[in-house]
Amino acid sequence: MSSSDLQNLYQQVILDHAKQKHGYGLRDDASGSSHQINPTCGDEVTLNVHPSAPGRIASISWEGHGCSISTASASLLSDIVDDDSTEDITAKIAAFRELMQSKGALDGDEELLGDAVALAGVSKYVTRIKCAMLPWVALEDALAH
Amino acid sequence: MRPETLDLTAIRADFPILSREVNGHPFVYLDSGATSQKPRQVLDAERHFVENFTSAVHRGAHTVAGEATELFEEARARVARFVGVAADEIVWTSNATEGINLIAYGMSNASVGRGGKPAERFRLSAGDEIVVTEAEHHANLVPWQELAARTGATLRVIGLEDDGRLRLDEAAAIIGPRTKVVAFTHVSNVLGIVNPVETLVELAHAVGALVVLDACQSAPHLPLDLGSLGVDFAVFSGHKMLGPTGVGVLYGRRELLNALPPFLTGGSMITTVTLTETEYLPAPARFEAGTQRVSQAIALSSAMDYLDGVGMATIESHESSLGLRLLDGLGAIPGVRILGPGADAGVERVGLASFVVDGIHSHDVGQFLDDRGIAVRVGHHCAQPVHRRFGATATTRISTYLYNTADEVDAAVQAVADARSFFGVDR
Repeated sequence: MSSSDLQNLYQQVILDHAKQKHGYGLRDDASGSSHQINPTCGDEVTLNVHPSAPGRIASISWEGHGCSISTASASLLSDIVDDDSTEDITAKIAAFRELMQSKGALDGDEELLGDAVALAGVSKYVTRIKCAMLPWVALEDALAH
Repeated sequence: MRPETLDLTAIRADFPILSREVNGHPFVYLDSGATSQKPRQVLDAERHFVENFTSAVHRGAHTVAGEATELFEEARARVARFVGVAADEIVWTSNATEGINLIAYGMSNASVGRGGKPAERFRLSAGDEIVVTEAEHHANLVPWQELAARTGATLRVIGLEDDGRLRLDEAAAIIGPRTKVVAFTHVSNVLGIVNPVETLVELAHAVGALVVLDACQSAPHLPLDLGSLGVDFAVFSGHKMLGPTGVGVLYGRRELLNALPPFLTGGSMITTVTLTETEYLPAPARFEAGTQRVSQAIALSSAMDYLDGVGMATIESHESSLGLRLLDGLGAIPGVRILGPGADAGVERVGLASFVVDGIHSHDVGQFLDDRGIAVRVGHHCAQPVHRRFGATATTRISTYLYNTADEVDAAVQAVADARSFFGVDR
């Protein structure tokens, strides 16, 4: 009915996160915010970062609409930002970007990326990498502002 | 005369790509609204030209340059015949987008006084109005927004009925003495419906406004006679009608083209150049600065030979039956909403449908179809306003062409139905 590649792309954890979105709903008290758009499909995400101390991020909150890959990616991202230093978050973003650019060669570092490694299958689909990256780019941008 | 049916086996054999596999399945190409496949005959024509006639068209004085120039101009005449106009009313462009920008920038130049008295009718200033519709592709919207911003003119928009048809009452109210240009699409690239060109031409001409027709989705799919439609300008792209990328067509009525100030300037479009000023050639040369896309123009004329060989009325009829099959099939799937009128609305439309599957984003629908080797378009198809009008950010679009079969349409419809169970929205 559907190929193993497709099952690998849309792992159950991704379909679950696309429906039960973690971190959804923008909260106030943000130290930074970013709005990102994927111009080819009009998908968008707005992401706030909430500080716990100077240089530390307690959590993120987000809103937006998009495909299951970008939605699940934002949801998974909100799970792995948990009172981290901005350096740690920057490292996570770098690891995720490397995973997305790996063309299927990497499985992803689960210690760093948690359940977000389930998105590894996206790296084989060049047209979908932007979908998965959208919230991570928003986080990167929010930290810079 | 009843259109003949297509010899699909013979046609499909002309398109090598249609026999390849994608993701372990036969390739099903249902994205011709974005770009069409190219038959061997067109590729051969371009190669034959490049191998035997490459030389500087309209410049060289040697034998081959003369031959190439003749072939280039024959290609122009061929394109003119395809749409029922004269050869000197056809300007080569890169694509339809460039064609619309050529008109808009020509008017912009007229608005700052270029072109003198003959160009007066192209001048825009505060108080003048440019009219478009809510269904336009960005290519027939953004250049007019920019022209309005540069000249102080006002952009006005004809809205859509809930079923996607143009609001003709609104068109009649908006198009008035201030209107200078009415620009609209012949066939919507999202809704697939054929707009009533004659009605809009009548409204525009009654107030002396110019009509610009976006024929990108009609020229490939319907018999098109621009002369009898009475439009002032029209544009379309070669790559959507079996031709190569990089070549498009602008049609303009002769007296208009000869009065419109040029857009791109430089070599080959001049008569006399001094260090301070220049006189321009008549149309079409005045709009063809620099080295032209020669082999692409040759290939496009070959595409028109191919299309006319099959017969545009035959193609229209074939695609109309595929389109109805598509609407019927999609319409029977729960949770699928088609933008524009359904199969029973009796509105003329081409073989194209954009739709929303409740609970599944179009990217995910497209991914599921792609897994079965079925290529469709997902996103906003360069037409955000019409998506917004119908409450969608993105849709999945299935679009046909002469080489598609009923089985391919059925396979796509089945895949849409199966996507619902894969993503768990059928429960």
